[in-house]
Amino acid sequence: MGRAIRVLVAKAGLDGHDRGAKVVARALRDAGMEVIYTGIRQTPEMIAEAAVQEDVDAVGLSLLSGAHMHIFPEVQRLLNDKGGDDILLTGGGTISDEDMAELRASGVGQLFGPGASTRDIVEYIQTEIGGRRAGEPS
Amino acid sequence: MSDRSDDTTRALLGSLHQRPSNDDPHVTVSGREIRPLVGPDDVDIDHARDLGEPGEYPYTRGVHASMYRGKMWTMRQFAGFGTAQQTNERYRFLLSRGQTGLSVAFDLPTLMGRDSDDPWCMGEVGKCGVAISSLEDMETLFDGIPLADISTSMTINSPAAIIWAMYIAAAEKQGADITKLRGTLQNDILKEFIAQKEFIFPPLPSMKLVVDTIEYGTNEMPQFNTISISGYHIREAGSTSVQELAFTLADGFAYVDAAIEAGLDVDDFAPRLSFFFNSHLDFFEEIAKFRAARRIWARHMKDRYKAKNPRSWLLRFHTQTAGCSLTAQQPMLNVVRTAYEALAGVLGGTQSLHTNSLDEALALPSEESVEIALRTQQILAHETGVASTVDPLAGSYFVEKLTNDMEAGAEAYFARINELGGVVPALEEGFFQREIADAAHWYQEALERKQRVVVGVNEYVNPDEKQQIPLLRIDKEVAQTQNAKLAALKTRRDPAACAAALKRVEQTAQDGGNLMPPFIEAVKAYASLGEIIETLKGVYGEYTEPIII
Repeated sequence: MGRAIRVLVAKAGLDGHDRGAKVVARALRDAGMEVIYTGIRQTPEMIAEAAVQEDVDAVGLSLLSGAHMHIFPEVQRLLNDKGGDDILLTGGGTISDEDMAELRASGVGQLFGPGASTRDIVEYIQTEIGGRRAGEPS
Repeated sequence: MSDRSDDTTRALLGSLHQRPSNDDPHVTVSGREIRPLVGPDDVDIDHARDLGEPGEYPYTRGVHASMYRGKMWTMRQFAGFGTAQQTNERYRFLLSRGQTGLSVAFDLPTLMGRDSDDPWCMGEVGKCGVAISSLEDMETLFDGIPLADISTSMTINSPAAIIWAMYIAAAEKQGADITKLRGTLQNDILKEFIAQKEFIFPPLPSMKLVVDTIEYGTNEMPQFNTISISGYHIREAGSTSVQELAFTLADGFAYVDAAIEAGLDVDDFAPRLSFFFNSHLDFFEEIAKFRAARRIWARHMKDRYKAKNPRSWLLRFHTQTAGCSLTAQQPMLNVVRTAYEALAGVLGGTQSLHTNSLDEALALPSEESVEIALRTQQILAHETGVASTVDPLAGSYFVEKLTNDMEAGAEAYFARINELGGVVPALEEGFFQREIADAAHWYQEALERKQRVVVGVNEYVNPDEKQQIPLLRIDKEVAQTQNAKLAALKTRRDPAACAAALKRVEQTAQDGGNLMPPFIEAVKAYASLGEIIETLKGVYGEYTEPIII
């Protein structure tokens, strides 16, 4: 086992509904990950900057405001610009299957909708990061 | 992130939230153990002391003697999306389908006091409510809807006083007598700090704005409820039913204290305080919560605050079914969930009701789904017979026991909040936030362990399910339309009058005077919402919350 998986959990935009972000942050921590929670009201710029600075493996965005089609691509673009293109961008919220598929096609990781199990979220991040680390040159 | 471990946190603050450790399926959605049988020896109830007649102290049985025979609850569906014009069309649709009151949902930029063209609002304009940046938008919102004849509820908090000023100005332009306007402002800033997080200014100036509206309403608009003290969002954030009850009423007492401190007489303003609760799935627990809420409020207002006017003792409330109980999976089942929750609200004696639409776990509701939601209330009112008898569950050993337990649980929380120095110090140190996060975490764990079953989500899953319901889409053009409209307004208005009005807002904020008159003047000069809020930020500063997970 290498170092613990580091995840930045963030609330983007004006949305203050933080129940899901906090529940997921605790579940990731309980699963042994190092979790940094940004708190609410972060711009895509602040999130991408923090992700690169903190050298995280993954960013989990929670959005219940309907702004996901704007914010996910924006965070992805900024991560790429700042040299964080190896960081997994995932997340969830009130997002329809159709929007999830569209974001997925644009390079964002798997997204989780209402009713998702925190176990599935943990497993996804572990598998995805495990796979990426296995592929890294030693 | 909080650097305290869970155990330390609990030792320091002593969470009052019950957590059954085993996998007993007989616990409520709030984690309260349910007894298999309750009999006369289990419940201490004195009819005169604890129940009284309906419409009489302590109002456990309801605020009116005849309840729904005298006046059916108001069917009030919360609605708003896109531009003011689109929402105006939805209002006309709902009124044509028999809805009896309006309820405005604002978008996040408006809720945060930002104009649509603010860079912070990219991607958010019109998404979860209607965008209102100026009096011009407010005029469009109610175009053709006579404000003199309808009651309007507005879900707005940090910028509530300014949005209310726009409403007053729009009504005046329609020729309405503003002293007769009816409606409700949510204007409950404390629950924003506690749960929903749409705060702008620090707690003290935020409370001052609330008191200004209470004072203005008391003197100028006696039929308007200037605050709707809300447990709804506390519950949605993950609290238990007892926490919802206790934190909401504690907030209510904090507003009473603040208004008295500002020099108002309790009987002059308390009759206009109103409440807003969640109706979740745990049927009897919810009914007990509503009944306990009335009794607790009446007792405190009469005994502690020495209110003389019986109207000051009344807890009148709006109910919304639980958004967080809706599922994205098999969404048609949400109609059933919502109907049970609505029934609990009615059996609990609500004054008005919003029933959620089946598609709201995924998007704002479509016209089809909102019609089913409204029809659900109409079936309840006219087909089931439940509105014919006042408080039909009174005297049930189980319901009376639960009502007593709810009251005792709330009193324990009041004592704890007092120890922490009151609601504002308690929220500044994160007490409520931690209690709610703990409860939300417990609930999620119960789902993961299948201690709680949610049909279609963790049991009875349809493996071949595909999302097929048509969802409401907000066009990308909404923001552009909004921004163009605002830019045009700014070139059209009288810049000197606008600047002078903003100056007066700033001056009054510095002097500590009532801000309602300068807000009304500023919106009439077509100062935008964002401009007024920025002016206030210059005086009050902005709030950042402690981060707790």
